[in-house]
Amino acid sequence: MTDTAPIVSIQNVSKLFGSASAAGQTHALSRVSLDVAPGEFVSLLGPSGCGKSTLLRLVADLIEPSDGQILIRNKSPRQARLDREYGIVFQSPVLYDWRDVLHNVELPLEVMRFPPAERDRRAREMLQLVGLKDFERHYPWQLSGGMQQRVSIARALSFKPAILLMDEPFGALDEMTRERMNAELLNIWSQTDTTVIFVTHSIAEAVFLSSRVVVMTPRPGRIEKIVTIDLPQPRNLETREQPHYFELITAVREGLREV
Amino acid sequence: MAVTEAPADLIVTGLTWQSRLAALLRRYLPAILILPSGLILWELGVRLFNIQGFLLPAPSEIAQTFGESWVGLLDRGWYTFQEAWWGYLIGCGLGILIGLLVSRFATISAALMPIAIAVNAVPIIALSPLVRVWFGLGQPSKIVIVAILCFFPCLISTVRGLSVAAPAAVELMRSYATPELEVFVKLRLPSALPFIFNGLKVCTSLSMIGAVVGEFYGGLLNKSLGTFIANEASQVRFRSSWSGIIVACAFGIAFYLLVGLCERLLIPWHVSVRSQAD
Repeated sequence: MTDTAPIVSIQNVSKLFGSASAAGQTHALSRVSLDVAPGEFVSLLGPSGCGKSTLLRLVADLIEPSDGQILIRNKSPRQARLDREYGIVFQSPVLYDWRDVLHNVELPLEVMRFPPAERDRRAREMLQLVGLKDFERHYPWQLSGGMQQRVSIARALSFKPAILLMDEPFGALDEMTRERMNAELLNIWSQTDTTVIFVTHSIAEAVFLSSRVVVMTPRPGRIEKIVTIDLPQPRNLETREQPHYFELITAVREGLREV
Repeated sequence: MAVTEAPADLIVTGLTWQSRLAALLRRYLPAILILPSGLILWELGVRLFNIQGFLLPAPSEIAQTFGESWVGLLDRGWYTFQEAWWGYLIGCGLGILIGLLVSRFATISAALMPIAIAVNAVPIIALSPLVRVWFGLGQPSKIVIVAILCFFPCLISTVRGLSVAAPAAVELMRSYATPELEVFVKLRLPSALPFIFNGLKVCTSLSMIGAVVGEFYGGLLNKSLGTFIANEASQVRFRSSWSGIIVACAFGIAFYLLVGLCERLLIPWHVSVRSQAD
């Protein structure tokens, strides 16, 4: 893993929120460093307030760091955003109610000026990938929460970005749906060569999905420990029953406890 | 439809017309029943308590007078509706246009919105005697009143609507490095349409009120509905006054339904519209 150049490199990044007066400031992130290799699935795990979402939003150039540097394919996050290097999935699906499923998936392709035939072909391909090919003409409100989030994933992948950023994408789903979505996400990840950075507060989810779990702790937000998950691929329901799976969960949980 | 794994909460589309009709009936039956019952109660009340015709005529009497005079009243109604319509077009058009500018340029917004909100609280109809002096007895003075009345609700709902796009939806556009104009066309404007239509619907009734009441303060006696209603009332011919009011109501309701229809055609995806469709 170390012999390839990182696709995302986070170097000594700090983020302060609030006014300049010391009393009103929140230290969301304090000197965080992390390298992500191409093709990796990295989870940022921690309790609320540990800065995991902040870190993701810094990579996405939705906010700017107070200190330190982030490089994405050796470019600034801003340049990476302008070059459409990443797709993003939020906790809520953020689908546009006035577009049917197919046209929601086509939204980024429209913005990026793909020709109509190509838009159509790619959107259908992505909907096939997330198992929604019979729902092209449905509107978002006609779908369940899990299906809506699958549309949102199809949309994020439609322009084949190198990086997929996911901010607690399954946080609003029930446990059963979440486990099914986890398996589907791994399946999608194995079929594409996308690098995934995945924010979650679920230990089980992070261990099941990731090649590495980055354990973060709050006040100030920093990286406590990085656990390499050496469970074999492909992972499925049986993975969740292996003793090694539980050992890894314990290792991650201890990382969280060492605060 | 080849739905393979339809979830339980998936709304069933493709209803037959019979079931649609049944659903419509279930929805509107109470309202359909209330109207005649109200009229019957009114009729009975007038007869039982022997209420004098100049206070409140019975519906049957109003209906009789209306039946004798409706052709002429429709002409008057159309004349007054034209004032409402042109005033509505001008007022709403300017309101939406300025609303777009206000949302785009923060400095205009800071200068204009406090004034707009203050002026919106002024009973603009009180200006009608003055507007009559400025623009005469004919249609232009009422068009001006209606335009002023419609301007502010449309301005405020447009500005409000253009600010409701969810922060995450805006960030999504930012993540695609979307040009500002495209964010406006693909996100802000569609999100604003339900609010704009709310303003447009409120303005339909405002425009009829503005036109009719504007005519109370001076209009052409032989042409307009408002002067007719006021004049008949002052001559103690209340049944005829009521007939005029019925025509005003009919035009007002028709106008509202027309704009409502446009709303259903243009934003069939919005929650307020789609809940009626299923």
